Amino acid sequence: MTAVVAPPVAGSEARPAAPVDRPRRRPRELTALDYATMTGCALSSIALNWLIFTRLTDGVGWFGFLVVAYLTFLGLFFVVTADRLGRLVATDRLATVAITSGAAVLAAPLLWLVGYIVVKGLPNLRPNFFTDDQQGITPTQPATDGGGSHALVGTLEQVGLALFMTLPLALATAVFLNETRSRLRRPVRIFVDAMSGLPSIVAGLFIFAVLILPYAGDKGPFGLDVFGFNGFMASLALALVMLPTITRTIEVVLRLVPDGLREASLATGASRARTVWSVVLPTARSGMATAIILGIARAVGETAPLLFTAFGYDLINGDPFSRPQESLPLYVYRFIRLPNATARARGFTGALVLIVVVLTLFAVARIVGRDRTANRSRRRRRTARATGTALEPLEPQEPLFS
Amino acid sequence: MVTSSVRARDLGGTPVPDDHQPRPVEDIPARADRLFGVTTTGAGLSVLVLLTLVGLFLLLRSDDAFRLMGGRFFTTSEWRTDTTPVRIGVLGLVVGTVEVALVAVAVAIPLGICAALFITEYSSPRWRGMLTGLVDLLAAIPSLLYGLWGAIVVANQLTPLSKWLADHGGWIPIFRVSGDNPQYQGSIFIAGLIVSLMVLPIIAAITREVFAQTPPGEREAALALGGTRWGMVRMVVLPYGRSGIVGGSMLGLGRALGETIAVTLLLPQAPIINGQILKNGGATVSGFIANSAGVIKGITVSGLMAAGLVLFLMTLLTNMVASVIVNRSRSGVGVEL
Repeated sequence: MTAVVAPPVAGSEARPAAPVDRPRRRPRELTALDYATMTGCALSSIALNWLIFTRLTDGVGWFGFLVVAYLTFLGLFFVVTADRLGRLVATDRLATVAITSGAAVLAAPLLWLVGYIVVKGLPNLRPNFFTDDQQGITPTQPATDGGGSHALVGTLEQVGLALFMTLPLALATAVFLNETRSRLRRPVRIFVDAMSGLPSIVAGLFIFAVLILPYAGDKGPFGLDVFGFNGFMASLALALVMLPTITRTIEVVLRLVPDGLREASLATGASRARTVWSVVLPTARSGMATAIILGIARAVGETAPLLFTAFGYDLINGDPFSRPQESLPLYVYRFIRLPNATARARGFTGALVLIVVVLTLFAVARIVGRDRTANRSRRRRRTARATGTALEPLEPQEPLFS
Repeated sequence: MVTSSVRARDLGGTPVPDDHQPRPVEDIPARADRLFGVTTTGAGLSVLVLLTLVGLFLLLRSDDAFRLMGGRFFTTSEWRTDTTPVRIGVLGLVVGTVEVALVAVAVAIPLGICAALFITEYSSPRWRGMLTGLVDLLAAIPSLLYGLWGAIVVANQLTPLSKWLADHGGWIPIFRVSGDNPQYQGSIFIAGLIVSLMVLPIIAAITREVFAQTPPGEREAALALGGTRWGMVRMVVLPYGRSGIVGGSMLGLGRALGETIAVTLLLPQAPIINGQILKNGGATVSGFIANSAGVIKGITVSGLMAAGLVLFLMTLLTNMVASVIVNRSRSGVGVEL
């Protein structure tokens, strides 16, 4: 490691100006020579492994080749740097390179997955995907015929109903966890955590066991056919999946509301309920929007809970309270498991639509989450104008996503 | 809501006489507050009730299977409903589930720690935001699409690697593959690799939060003593975050145990004990249940409920232990799980 320039002794006069012609030392950063070493090591590692795997033994596949070549590269890089700068620096450089590349490599599967689905799904995506269902479609017809409107309707209804049921409960639970002083908060928090680890298939199995299985084959109590495979049952299962996600995200948002606001409200004589309703929740509004969007994004892609509840159906069924219903993930799942190529192509088209929906929701959640400070300063300016007071500096606020 | 009572003496105000009795302060909640308390407590308790109900109903509906098989339900690895007597058991499924989860976690831990260290210690602010987004995005992709991509694309691409490992590394027990002309697709190894991508975000998120809480003083002390950045990470950040790493990994394990649709598509889901992870074959509890969807009568349903109960208890236990580990540690207080 290069020697660190000694700092000026305390008490000495003003720090001498750094000479202009001497470049600043950055002991941590990789130098041009380091990059040259890396390139050299990478090339020799590829060459060496090419020799071993294609000349001396049978092939290991490109993935195995990359893994082995990468490990060889790390070894070579360490040896060369240790020879040049000593072991201490070599270990540090090795860690930097390994950690950086380990983090960067995460982008590869994501790009590969999204790229693959776009390439397979796009050729068969036609506008009629959004308007037609699978009525009268035989397996031999091209994959561009028919569509997934029944799946879109199902997803919309199921997720909408689930959100409708979950949101009040999640909000009240989050308020309970963050705004009350109950002794039960600790056990409830543990259970919310445990619930977020609940396998989604178990959520579906539970609804199936309680509400569908006892009435299998005949009408449920009072002659209702709600108790069978239908969209409402699916939304109940999805609600179980969404509840912990939304609760915890809202709780995090509530925690970001400054205590000063609560105390100010209580000091003016407002009740706790009024404080939460008129001060805490409005302050956390955009964060709660993020929580809702993230919950929706989680639920939209869930397949497992639907297998035992919505069950899937090829035709449009706008009534979520009776008869099986399709949804976007079920559409993909059911088609992709069929053996013939056109069915699979339909599945890929559905997968493309699904991934676009999920990515859009994700992007919206991030934009809404990021805009919090902007909204806040706009509101502050408005308040300041209305009350004729000067703007006071805000305490720095943690962003929802760092 | 933090309310603290600071006595006048502590603030250096007028001394309080020794016989001073604090004025009794009564907290009589308004009617709105009582309603508020009841509503929120009710909502909080509903989560407790729901989770208890899940376990209870699965137990109730699995009664038939347990009555028929008794304790043998946990030691039978077959699932045959066509024979008399019926032989169903959960052992083969549980073994497969644990194998997949272990492979997944073994791959995801190093990558997750790399990502967390990069975010907290190595990156510039710009890259930090990008990588955080990337990890969140990995978590946002539905399991179904991972399974689809893994089963159709990745499985084919990894076959040569599996074959090479089996041919040249077969003397290592976990890479052993027997039988003539073995199939390398649909193996526990490949399923585990795909699942590792799905549990990676949670491991990265927990370890990141723990690493970020390393006291700056200790960090700076290590650097001031002349330590390199890696030296600082190894001597300060990693020891400080050790319990976060353990807890995060266990949480990832819990997620991997419950992973459903991807594994349904990736494994053949025939319940046998397959100790050879590179070879085609194996089943997991969740995948097997998903594969059997649509059965509404008979002993199979009851057996599925029993398997679901086993899975529920496995994940619950893992998650609870993980929460305890993270929350009990010095670094994990206040970390969101």
